[in-house]
Amino acid sequence: MDLIKFNNFSYRYKGNEEYALNDINLAIKENKFILLAGETGSGKTSLLRCLNGLIPQFYAGYYKGSVKIAGHDTVETSISNLSTIVGIVFQNPENQLIAMTVENEIAFGMENLGISRNEMIKRMDESVRLTEIGHLLRKAPFELSGGEQQRVAIASILVLQPQILILDEPTALLDPRMARKILTLLKKIQSDSKITIIISEHRMDLVLPLVDEIIMMKEGRIVGHDIKDNIINGDDFKNLNINHPLIYSIFNALKEEKLLSNKIPDSIPEAIEYLNKIK
Amino acid sequence: MVIEIIDILPKVSATNVEYTYSNSTLALKDVNLSIMKGELVAIMGKNGAGKTTLIRTFNGLIKPSKGNVLIDGKNTSSQTIAELSKKVGIIFQNPMHQLFSNTIEEEIKFSLKNLDLSEEEIQTRTDNILKNFNLEKYRKRSPLSLSGGETKKLAIATIFCRNPDILVFDEPTLGQDAREIVFFTNLIKEEMDKGKTIVIVTHNIEFAMQHVPRTILMADGGIIADGPTRSVLNKEFLADKTSLILPQITQFNRALQEIGIQCPPNINSRNEMIMFLKKHLKSMGIKTKEEA
Repeated sequence: MDLIKFNNFSYRYKGNEEYALNDINLAIKENKFILLAGETGSGKTSLLRCLNGLIPQFYAGYYKGSVKIAGHDTVETSISNLSTIVGIVFQNPENQLIAMTVENEIAFGMENLGISRNEMIKRMDESVRLTEIGHLLRKAPFELSGGEQQRVAIASILVLQPQILILDEPTALLDPRMARKILTLLKKIQSDSKITIIISEHRMDLVLPLVDEIIMMKEGRIVGHDIKDNIINGDDFKNLNINHPLIYSIFNALKEEKLLSNKIPDSIPEAIEYLNKIK
Repeated sequence: MVIEIIDILPKVSATNVEYTYSNSTLALKDVNLSIMKGELVAIMGKNGAGKTTLIRTFNGLIKPSKGNVLIDGKNTSSQTIAELSKKVGIIFQNPMHQLFSNTIEEEIKFSLKNLDLSEEEIQTRTDNILKNFNLEKYRKRSPLSLSGGETKKLAIATIFCRNPDILVFDEPTLGQDAREIVFFTNLIKEEMDKGKTIVIVTHNIEFAMQHVPRTILMADGGIIADGPTRSVLNKEFLADKTSLILPQITQFNRALQEIGIQCPPNINSRNEMIMFLKKHLKSMGIKTKEEA
């Protein structure tokens, strides 16, 4: 069974004549790290809002077709039930941190789900270890730096043990080094816990080497979904209005001149490996 | 010949500036800088380094606890924010913080209101700026209905219509896609041609490398480097102190050298690197499609 399944799904926000999502068909399996790529306004955030039922349950509008998450129809299943399957981390962690201490913040979601004390402690230890925030537990979330807050937000979602973790531009407010740290951490969490992560991210240089698959969106439609190598070696990726990674741009130009017989590398180490081989 | 004194005075200067927040955090310490008319300068550094605090001293939102900030040679401590905001326009990181009118047209008009302009002049300036920014079609819509990129554009438009001499941007390329970054880059070029002085706070190393000649690096409230962007950003010890990552092009260049491919160290752009690798691959006997 597919973990996520969109079937001819279309949606427009109330008051808008244009469809934000147009005839979306999408199947996503377990244990994948997926990049959602597309220019601003292409429908990425709307697509992510469908995954925990915010669309169409919370945002008023009109829809056609269906979305199923782990077999549950997102129209018939409550947002609170869907949130045990799908966790979302937003661009600005301040919007989702509410408790007086980091420890309470992380416990908050579990308390609402009625999880036993022993189980809570176990899950808390695990996600605190993964996100490396043990030293912050007694602090207030608002005292923390942007990167620390984002890690707390991720930890507070991880303890709910979602099968799917969604991140909508999670590093937008962070400096480059912290952004790299968060993205590398996400990759580790994904491979350790075998969950599916879907991320929309403008820092393509940093995220491209980490992902398994890419979904490309344009004008509310999905214009491509495949494993990374197939996507970055196809024409549609080049034509997408995104910040193409440096290595991609360089090697795509070489490929167009027929100076590259191999696939386009996704990172500096891959590029160097290729150039070293033909030396 | 009469020399215009205003042109040889720095547009912005700071001497021994210190600022302590009410919770006794020392946000700026001993900051000294001077920015001349027509300069384009980037301020970089990690979150919490004092970048945003520093630019807030430029339009008087923050008055230094010690030292002086001078705009056109005049101390900010003797001017009101309203006076300073005619000379210094700051476009903040989160555009929603500066938008509050019911329609996009009203938002622009509000920004023009305290400039002593006639109703006609306000209308003309509003029409022009909406046209230049491709926002005409949204004129009657609420700022809240715009996408992230368009909201940022509107925030820039509300400052540009006032035509300040000094423009300060806080993270202008954040969350922007390729097309929006090109729009912004062109905008900067046009303003530079008009002789504006521009300061950009950014984490975007590639952007600074490509478009900004001078970079000021900040760490722990102080300035730790100030010079040509390419030499400032290519220094590893500075990158370490400021949580920046060396530009991809520099990382790639160094990696090439490590495997014995002699890439000239002054290669700083995608196109230069493509040209170099073409030459290198051809020297390895790989043929281009024309030759094949």
